[in-house]
Amino acid sequence: MSGPSRFIRSQRMTIVSGILGFVVILVVLQLWLLTASVNAYLGGDHAIVVPALGASLVCFGLGAGLLRYLYRLE
Amino acid sequence: MSPRASDLVDPDRPIRPPDGRPLATQPQWRRDFPIDSGQDEYVSRRELVKFMVLTSGAFVVGQAWLLLKSLLTRSMPRPAPMAITAVSDLPVGGARTFEYPTGSSPRLLVRTGPASFVAYDQQCTHLACPVVPVVAEGRLHCPCHNGWFDLATGRPVAGPPQRPLPRITLNVRGGIIYATGVEEIAS
Repeated sequence: MSGPSRFIRSQRMTIVSGILGFVVILVVLQLWLLTASVNAYLGGDHAIVVPALGASLVCFGLGAGLLRYLYRLE
Repeated sequence: MSPRASDLVDPDRPIRPPDGRPLATQPQWRRDFPIDSGQDEYVSRRELVKFMVLTSGAFVVGQAWLLLKSLLTRSMPRPAPMAITAVSDLPVGGARTFEYPTGSSPRLLVRTGPASFVAYDQQCTHLACPVVPVVAEGRLHCPCHNGWFDLATGRPVAGPPQRPLPRITLNVRGGIIYATGVEEIAS
């Protein structure tokens, strides 16, 4: 976290905007996933629950990794 | 003598006021409290990324809750069989509501023929209005939003409902109709 950044501010602005766009897409995907899972669960299809949780965890991991990268940029 | 705010500015990162004019031409209050709009925008976006990742975590919690609920439902013991009514008390085409297990939402038992019976949860899977049997058409009708279900299978056939009605398994012994279990049919 200390020391000069590798990127100038305008570059970091581009990076944070890109990451923000990607994370928003991941969150929208997770929202759709949760909606579809609840719908399937209420319809009696319980088999979908585990893979949906796995996929949601992967999305969260990607987002958290990108956030960590963002903090390490400074 | 205390330093002026403008003296504290990092020369490698010049402050950019929101209107883009030099700091020296800005009003006194902005020179006293110089906020770099570029840095401000950067921090705002970074905080938004953090908020979105927190939202993402909340969705994971939602999925985990669904899994937990599924595991708890699976580990619950089957309710014991329960007598609903005598066969002789229910004419062909007739229906009767009951609770199974006790305290549940209303269930609907329908006699579709001399020796055939079906039972479903009475709550429509759209918005939980009570469904009514239309035995002559072989369907169940939800009058709230004109939803229709197949009487033989409980599957939705028309209208807004997308999921089938939970089915109650039945057993007829000694002239008595028993409810023996609740089946969620995958749509």
